[in-house]
Amino acid sequence: MAHGPAKGIGRWLFATNHKDIGTMYLWFSFAMFLLGGFFAMVIRAELFEPGMQIIKPEFFNQMTTMHGLIMVFGAIMPAFVGLANWLIPMQIGAPDMALPRMNNLSFWILPFGFALLASTLFMEGGAPNFGWTFYAPLSTTYAPPTVNFFIFGIHIIGASSIMGSINIVSTILNLRAPGMTLMKMPLFAWTWLITAFLLIAVMPVLAGAVTMMLMDINFGTSFFNAAGGGDPVLFQHVFWFFGHPEVYIIIIPAFGVISAIIPTFSRKPLFGYSSMVYATSAIAILSFVVWAHHMFTVGMPLAGELYFMYATLLIAVPTGVKVFNWISTMFRGAITYETPMLFAIAFVILFTLGGFTGLMLAIAPADIQYHDSYFVVAHFHYVMVAGAVFSMTAAVYYWLPKWCGRMYNEALGKTQFWISFIGFNVTFFPQHFLGLAGMPRRYADYSLQFTDWNMVSSVGAFIYGASQLLFLYNVISTIRSGEKTDDPKVWEGAEGLEWTLPTPAPFHTFSTPPDVK
Amino acid sequence: MSSESNYYVPEKSVLPFAAATGLGIMALGAGLAVQGKTPLILLLGLMMIAVVLFFWFSTVIQENMDGLPSAQLKRSYVMGMGWFIFSEVMFFAAFFGALFYVRVFAVPWLGGEAAIPLIDDFNSEAASTNALLWEGFKAEWPLMINPDQVAGGSTFVGPEHSMSFPGWANWYHWLPLWNTIVLLTSSWTVHVAHHAIKHNNRAKFQRWLGITVALGVIFLYLQYAEYHEAYVEMGLTLESGIYGTTFFMLTGFHGFHVAMGTFMLFVQFMRSFKGHFKSDDQFGFEASSWYWHFVDVVWFGLFIFVYILS
Repeated sequence: MAHGPAKGIGRWLFATNHKDIGTMYLWFSFAMFLLGGFFAMVIRAELFEPGMQIIKPEFFNQMTTMHGLIMVFGAIMPAFVGLANWLIPMQIGAPDMALPRMNNLSFWILPFGFALLASTLFMEGGAPNFGWTFYAPLSTTYAPPTVNFFIFGIHIIGASSIMGSINIVSTILNLRAPGMTLMKMPLFAWTWLITAFLLIAVMPVLAGAVTMMLMDINFGTSFFNAAGGGDPVLFQHVFWFFGHPEVYIIIIPAFGVISAIIPTFSRKPLFGYSSMVYATSAIAILSFVVWAHHMFTVGMPLAGELYFMYATLLIAVPTGVKVFNWISTMFRGAITYETPMLFAIAFVILFTLGGFTGLMLAIAPADIQYHDSYFVVAHFHYVMVAGAVFSMTAAVYYWLPKWCGRMYNEALGKTQFWISFIGFNVTFFPQHFLGLAGMPRRYADYSLQFTDWNMVSSVGAFIYGASQLLFLYNVISTIRSGEKTDDPKVWEGAEGLEWTLPTPAPFHTFSTPPDVK
Repeated sequence: MSSESNYYVPEKSVLPFAAATGLGIMALGAGLAVQGKTPLILLLGLMMIAVVLFFWFSTVIQENMDGLPSAQLKRSYVMGMGWFIFSEVMFFAAFFGALFYVRVFAVPWLGGEAAIPLIDDFNSEAASTNALLWEGFKAEWPLMINPDQVAGGSTFVGPEHSMSFPGWANWYHWLPLWNTIVLLTSSWTVHVAHHAIKHNNRAKFQRWLGITVALGVIFLYLQYAEYHEAYVEMGLTLESGIYGTTFFMLTGFHGFHVAMGTFMLFVQFMRSFKGHFKSDDQFGFEASSWYWHFVDVVWFGLFIFVYILS
């Protein structure tokens, strides 16, 4: 067994250590976050005023598509996998991930996949321009030739996700320390177990969807072509059968993070641990049977619309259980407001707001008005950004001292929180108004009456974008010159095996399993 | 839950990075190849993956022979294979789902009828779709005349014959039936082989494993003959509308998996001559046999939904 990190680039290229691989995942996802964020800035700059200012409409379409793809598959998903790599072995008392070499493969596929995807921007015909949901026939009959690179890029990125998930499931089911029963696991490990199951179940369906596209484009099949007896709506069914579990894949690990942070800073154990586990499982199961609520306007039979509406509304029940549990955890706690806690509280409030707009969208007759409007854009950014990204930021502030043995700058952290919080709400809250007033999503230009709120939204976006640079600066300066700490329990209220390890966490931890009472 | 006192953590390895590079080259090459540009990059990527997999499996086998992996790590391999097969099931589920959707909803709607009359208020919409877009198109399965043909187009020309059961008079000409018999038998023979190695009967193990591999090859040959007949005599191709699409994609991906499974079992067959596998340790073979059973189950689904119920 290797005793310390190897020297040079080989440490990273040939890594089998879960901490090194976790670090690579985290940095890679942050790089993708900045790239996707840059695309968002281009979008908001163009939408600052009506009319075409900076870019052409064709390029605008490429920007919205690439922004969505990079953020979903390149930033948020790998960020949580990085977190899983770092934390799950330390939280369950395992020495490493179950399959360390496959772990390395899962990571290193990503740079190749995203290099291929991003390089389409410079190819003839431009990058994919059909939206991150790549509906047929936009993504088949009318797609640029680079769609083929997109398809194979998705194939290998999906393979990476499946391998990463198999690794996480095997680690959790097989490598827990003696005495650590499933119902004693930290909730973060639980949420990842459920997420990994969802990933293994639906990433192959996404592979199926892009394979059908590939065949329709290049080999004359007619999956999505009514002329041959197929149906473009079939694409949407296959896509959303993947896509709806996918959005929970993004948010469920965030639930785990929040369920770790809120008890620590409330100095109380998590309220309703087992109900949290059951609620998360219920959300995951329901996610398989609600997909067509993304498709209320395609002309489904009424019975289908009603079923998908009621099934979707049902998800509010377990989600409500979780929100009330977080609030009950804080109730009468000795709360302090360090940066991770600020982000966690903001998560609870803003994610709940995003959940409420989700309920509005789930009501089929109302959705026919909101569908494909900026209201939808506002809704899913409340859960994707204020949900997933805020929780990720909280997680980095929370565990960074454990990882590198240095404290971040609290004042700078809080400043970053408030700028992010204000910037985020200024960006996305007005988009609710825009959507309700009728502004469609994914348009490069808009009617004059939408100008004011678009300007506000763009200003907010630039503020939010700047706050992420501040975050980057804070992380780098912490790693390089943060105040040193060797307290195993960086936070006095923190519970769990990872806080029994020395700070900073050594290269190998738990080479003999700890005893869990 | 772990009970071992020590864990096995491998040294750093060049294999995964090489595999990722191979996959990256393959994806780039495949994107070029399907556009009619050079196939060489695709070949390079595939060769690279093949080479890496060879060395990767050699490493794992060697580690196992040296007794490095603990019982716990072996359990991880077992879980890994199980979850991998589950992901494969879901891949096929996407294509089966497409078949069901097309048969139950899309084609009847195009033909102007409600798909499920009791819960489906779609009659009038479907009727007007049919009248306005594809007047004269009739829903049927297997779909022999595509909407496109009815409207006077020639992009998707339906097949002359379908793969359905030809009737009891000609049952012995029907290749899918023979394929079903071959594959079901092979699931049994691989089980006999498994039983044999567990009882340390190597000669029997090799005999029955060899028979299984031979049955896999026979299946692939029969499928080749079926495809040849479809393309040359029946006018059934990938381009002959949704029936040809679903038929070839489902049976094609299945056939590809049979080829993979046959190759995997063949590798285990060759390994058995090098003295690999013990009565209590034959996971390489066991994993391949699970894969084989999975392929068999998928075929059973295909036989029912693609061939019989049509």
